[in-house]
Amino acid sequence: MSATGGLTIAVPRGALFDGTVDLLAALGLDTGELRANDRKLLFEDIGVITMRPSDVPTYVEAGAADLGVTGKDVLLEQAAQLPGEGGREVYELLDLGYGRCTMVLASEAGPDPAVEALRRLGVMRVATKYPRIAARHLEQTGRQAEIVEVKGSVELAPLTGMVEAIVDLTATGTTLRENNLVVRERIVVCTARLIANPVAHKLKAAAVDDLLARLRELPAAARGRGAPETPDLLASA
Amino acid sequence: MIHPIPSGTRDVLPEETREVRAITDTLRAVFERHGYGEVYTPALEYESVLQRADMADARPAYRVFDESGAVLVLRSDMTVPIARVVATRYASSDPPLRFCYFAHCYRGVRPQRGQPRELLQAGIELVGSPAPHGTAEALTVLCHALDATGLKSYRVGLGDASLFPALMASLRVPEHARAQLLHALALRDFVGLELSLSEAGIAGEAAALLLEVPQRRGGPEVLADAPAQAQEAVTGLRRVHELLDPAVAARVIFDLGLVRHIGYYTGAVFDVYDPALGAPIGGGGRYDELLARFGPSLPAVGFALGVDRLHMALAGEERGTGALLARARAQEPERVAEPALVADSALEADPAREADPALVADSAREADPAREAEL
Repeated sequence: MSATGGLTIAVPRGALFDGTVDLLAALGLDTGELRANDRKLLFEDIGVITMRPSDVPTYVEAGAADLGVTGKDVLLEQAAQLPGEGGREVYELLDLGYGRCTMVLASEAGPDPAVEALRRLGVMRVATKYPRIAARHLEQTGRQAEIVEVKGSVELAPLTGMVEAIVDLTATGTTLRENNLVVRERIVVCTARLIANPVAHKLKAAAVDDLLARLRELPAAARGRGAPETPDLLASA
Repeated sequence: MIHPIPSGTRDVLPEETREVRAITDTLRAVFERHGYGEVYTPALEYESVLQRADMADARPAYRVFDESGAVLVLRSDMTVPIARVVATRYASSDPPLRFCYFAHCYRGVRPQRGQPRELLQAGIELVGSPAPHGTAEALTVLCHALDATGLKSYRVGLGDASLFPALMASLRVPEHARAQLLHALALRDFVGLELSLSEAGIAGEAAALLLEVPQRRGGPEVLADAPAQAQEAVTGLRRVHELLDPAVAARVIFDLGLVRHIGYYTGAVFDVYDPALGAPIGGGGRYDELLARFGPSLPAVGFALGVDRLHMALAGEERGTGALLARARAQEPERVAEPALVADSALEADPAREADPALVADSAREADPAREAEL
């Protein structure tokens, strides 16, 4: 209880899970059961709830958790795209450094099929799990694109000829290479972020600030700053 | 037959209406007691008129054309329409002017997010009363109104919309970088703020202050520790605080990073928080430059409460429907005399109501979701 000052923290399952649990352990939380039991969702005794990363902002915005950890990719995808639209009403407090990935535009190796489609047909088809990030990037770079939203294995889409390119998150580029895809553009680098509910940020200010201060004091390695830089993905193209 | 209504809108049935009415009647009695007269304005206005105000993120989202081709919008708040009323109908009146309202406003929504398209707001506008007295009066009415509804644990976050811009100016942040820093702060993105600072080439003590000052919030010690560059706004907040009764002052959390999404705020701004709800119940602030866009320049301050959010917070604090009225009576015995509450409690106790076939049918349907689905 005292390790988080009575705050409830939303912890993402998946790629960010280990880094987040390491962080909580470094703060003095007893994370034994959290690591051992991957079916349990609610760990009330240590103030932790677990969920998929894209649900973290939802729970934090609603106040079901005071704080949460999620990827910048999730926050960007759920952010306001137009003025007046209103993104997630959460505070983004800290870049935790780990879970470093890059959002890229990739297409099949060889002459870029996306460029050819754009030249001959005036539009490129792009498959992605991040339709809003993809649409915004293509719009900002002045290209007409038809965004195809898929839920898994985006790499399949260009191999079947359904699309000419994909927008996806990659850490090492291995999956892309294995599917004969090369990175054409890097859109944004994403890391794990600590977010807070706006009401908890005011009403539990002391506990939130104490946790923030202790997170900042942790050695860089515990915060994932020691992780190797993303290899130059463009160089592999 | 099921006939859909647009997402973010809803039908309010008698049981809820009774509870909402108890809240709005309580609020209205407090507003009236403080001298705020209720006004109605049209839900539809000319877009060209409302556009005089800088609404930023709260600008009207719904437009229609009238028979002569003029563009009408559904109002997105009541502050701008009341500014119009003051300029049009009170041009020769001596300020201060006090208005209250209970009105539906219309906002655009993101799908699947549970956001209301139509929201009932209860609020006041105090026109012609400058800081700090006007601000202190608005905060006092706000707290008295919330106290009267029986809300227990709420706090009022109090900041100043001019604080961060003043901090940037005094730290000589280049003009071109200011909008982006303010944007990051408005998005509550401190990681983005730090990044924007380094991109703008701001380093050292200036960067540390710009990143750290907006994260300061808490009791009056926040004002005492504030840096010299923010003194003007902080002095203003301190003056307001000194004018508040102890009971109201105890509700205030100073928040040096408070930014509201509506563009017309100029000085003190505030948000109402309650631990029972993950989002602010309402808020307001000073808009000393808004009235001049419609008529004579007058300082002004006001607030709006989301009645549905207030209702949710009350229910959340109490955990149980119907307890709202019981608590209001138990906590504040002197309020029993208020007609609205007496009328409602009479209704609650009325056995004839239980026998009303329409109501019985209603509650039976609510009690059985499976049956509702079949229907």
